[in-house]
Amino acid sequence: MEPVFAILVGIFFAFAVYLLLSKFIVRMMLGVAILGNAVNLLIFTAGRLTREVPPVIGAGLDGPVTATANPLPQALILTAIVISFSFFSFLLVLSWRAIDALKTDNTDRMRLAEPADDPAPPAGY
Amino acid sequence: MADALTGTGLTMLALLLPFVGALLAPLAVRAFGGAAAWVLALLPLGAFAILSRHLGAVSEGQALTAGFDWIPSLGVRFSILIDGLSLTFALLVTGIGALIVLYAGGYLKGHPHLGRFLSFLFLFMGAMLGLVLSDSFLMLFVYWELTSIASFLLIGFDHTRTAARRAALQALVVTGAGGLLLLAGLLVIQAITGVSELSALAAMGSVLRDSPLYLAALLLVLGGAFTKSAQFPFHVWLPNAMEAPTPVSAYLHSATMVKAGVYLLMRLNPVMGQTPEWQMLLPLFGGVTLLAGALMALAETDLKRMLAYTTMASLGLLVLLTGLGTPHAVEAAVLYLVAHSLFKGTLFMVAGIIDHEAGTRDVTRLGGLGRAMPITFVAGGLAALSMMGLPPAFGFLAKEKTYYALTGGGLFVTILLVVVIIGNALMGAVGLLVGVRPFIGAPVKTPKHAHEGPPLLWLGPLLLAVKGVAIAIAAAVTHQMMTTPMASAVAGEARPVTISLLPHLGLPLLLSLVTVALAIAMFLTATRLRAAITSPMDALGWGPDRGFDQMIAGVLRFASALTRRLQPGRLDAYMTAGFVLLAALLLLTPALNGEWPNAPVFPADIPWDELAIFAIALCGLIAVVLAPNRLTAIVSLGIQGFAVAVIFLLYGAPDLAFTQFMIETLSVVILALVMTRLDLSPSDHRPLRQLLPDAALAGLVGFGFTIVLLKVTSVPFDPALSTFFAQFSKTIAHGANIVNVIIVDFRGTDTLGEIAVVMATGLAVLALLRLRGGSERRLADNDPDAAEAVETAPLQGRGV
Repeated sequence: MEPVFAILVGIFFAFAVYLLLSKFIVRMMLGVAILGNAVNLLIFTAGRLTREVPPVIGAGLDGPVTATANPLPQALILTAIVISFSFFSFLLVLSWRAIDALKTDNTDRMRLAEPADDPAPPAGY
Repeated sequence: MADALTGTGLTMLALLLPFVGALLAPLAVRAFGGAAAWVLALLPLGAFAILSRHLGAVSEGQALTAGFDWIPSLGVRFSILIDGLSLTFALLVTGIGALIVLYAGGYLKGHPHLGRFLSFLFLFMGAMLGLVLSDSFLMLFVYWELTSIASFLLIGFDHTRTAARRAALQALVVTGAGGLLLLAGLLVIQAITGVSELSALAAMGSVLRDSPLYLAALLLVLGGAFTKSAQFPFHVWLPNAMEAPTPVSAYLHSATMVKAGVYLLMRLNPVMGQTPEWQMLLPLFGGVTLLAGALMALAETDLKRMLAYTTMASLGLLVLLTGLGTPHAVEAAVLYLVAHSLFKGTLFMVAGIIDHEAGTRDVTRLGGLGRAMPITFVAGGLAALSMMGLPPAFGFLAKEKTYYALTGGGLFVTILLVVVIIGNALMGAVGLLVGVRPFIGAPVKTPKHAHEGPPLLWLGPLLLAVKGVAIAIAAAVTHQMMTTPMASAVAGEARPVTISLLPHLGLPLLLSLVTVALAIAMFLTATRLRAAITSPMDALGWGPDRGFDQMIAGVLRFASALTRRLQPGRLDAYMTAGFVLLAALLLLTPALNGEWPNAPVFPADIPWDELAIFAIALCGLIAVVLAPNRLTAIVSLGIQGFAVAVIFLLYGAPDLAFTQFMIETLSVVILALVMTRLDLSPSDHRPLRQLLPDAALAGLVGFGFTIVLLKVTSVPFDPALSTFFAQFSKTIAHGANIVNVIIVDFRGTDTLGEIAVVMATGLAVLALLRLRGGSERRLADNDPDAAEAVETAPLQGRGV
């Protein structure tokens, strides 16, 4: 199944990048959310896929008897999901404040820090 | 040929003394005011005395070296070389330095920053002393650049004036760039010969001259020497450096620093000289500089600028003579160098006294000061005598020797002779204009009521001027102690100098008479000559000085344009650049290493339910992009998120699925909260010509990740870690859910870090929501909608 997942991951990344390249903050936020999923799926697939058997040890046993899904990427992704969510919510509030203060959601017009008509440095000595 | 130095410690102390002065000067001035100069002058005087002890050994033709390993792993040594050449320079630097310190104490008496000024002056003195005594290439370079920096600080001392700032920057740019060329040149020489010390280089002359890289090394070294010694067309900074207070002009820009380039050429003459390139380039640049400098000197009316241009002319003459390299030429260069340091330093100080006491430096507004300032007149007159090359001044010896060197040669040398005669005559005329003209004739009303300056002012120039005569009268001693060893060091072989003040009939004497006659004629017709020189220069309008301004303006424009290009201030430009780099990294790495994955083998029996989930995820993605309004977009975002959760569930990751469901729900909720609050439309406003490249770039990035993942999954999997966790999850950590055990036990510290991150983010969100002042709208407190948003913030903490 890995090749199918590889293509799926590629599609997720393509959509995320496409949204991130738009100049509108709301759409870029959607891209950030999708990017998180793309990365999680990437890690998940890289750790190899096993259907339906969760990495849980049965009662009374000291270890899994059958082959289970790889627990390591799951642990990593669990962390990643939470981190990417907090990142996402921070970005969301930040962009909301930015839109509110600058009265635009077009990043081309968010020129407070680097104004388009920034005067050249003084030419004297 | 180099002998070990005795009394190394004391000599190293002499190198250090000026730097001690740089530290003490501000304190001394605070304590004693202007009188501190008397105390501080003892430091260079002490260095002078210490170095004088080597006169005996050096006059016997020895070259002394000493030093210690500095960076042994790189083969860099801190080493000094004392021979006729470097000792003469060192004595000039410290001897004139002591007098300049006194003079500066009088000249800037009561100036609020006298301490700072003296500190810079001592810094320069230490750098210059180190420069001429350095044996290792790296030390030479470091001291070389240090003199440039000290010169920058001194020229820009009066930093409230634009002209001073410009002059300081110009000097730094020109000489600093030259210093970099010198470094490159020294490295090339080191690469050719394998030695990194001047004393060791002496034996490598033929290796260096026969190397195919000789010309490159020569040009680089000349780049350093010509910028430092103000050769045309790199001379522009020198006249502008007259913005500095007069003690600086007298010291750095006549007697010492500008001679560093000449010093270097003299030092390298035995190893790099006597080649066609050397004998062509040096006299050519020197001759042009001599003529241009002398002409422009006469065109000026400001005493200091006149002297600056004659300094440039004198440097040209020195380079010319060094380039010729014949026995007489080397002797002439040595004699002229010593003579010039003495008379030019004097004349600058005289000009400074006139400026100080009469209130102007304009030669056309000065006259008849001799009665009011007799001592200054004596000093100026003696120096002018030396500059004209008249007995009994030392300049006479130098001029005689110069004409010896230039007579009886081929066409090239004869042309040089004519150039030198004209240049010398012009300089002689300027010498009279500066050293004599202000003191004779009818008294002219000056801005200040002129009277003799205090001893601190006239002591330095008087001593220097008298010395210029004394060493000529005692020529035998001078030659034995100073000029013979120096000429020998420059020539690379024993070269006894014997010329004396006794007239020696012959062509050179006749040429001297012609020069003096010409000089007096030019002096008498100075006003008309000035107009004749100025008008074509005004008509031309452009010069290297304007060129410097244009270059600086050009550099600034280029920098602005480049910055505007690299930093356009548009987020999408930065993002595009980042993603292009990412795509290149992902795709070029396998392409360049030939590591493309094999063609993927797709399983034939994919269950329909899984296919359905994939399809739902794809539909969600497409719907997000195509959504006509923001609610649809948010819901569609939820679709792809839930699809991913189901995929986790199907592939044995229920914990992930559970978290993903929760997080996706929360994301959609707060996204909806925020977005519905803003009157915005989520649909794409990109024009098609921008949409297509963006889509292509996105596709490439996605393709790149697919390729990487295919490659990753095609290599054998190493299950060591996973096996370890499965094996010990129950037995050691007593947990059945391996994923949970990893998170809370095996990697518990990581999880703690993660919680900290989430908490920090939560605080940041809270701070952003409560932020006031940046927006007109009051949030949080009185806006019920904002209060809701605040409440969502702590939720992420529970999301763990």
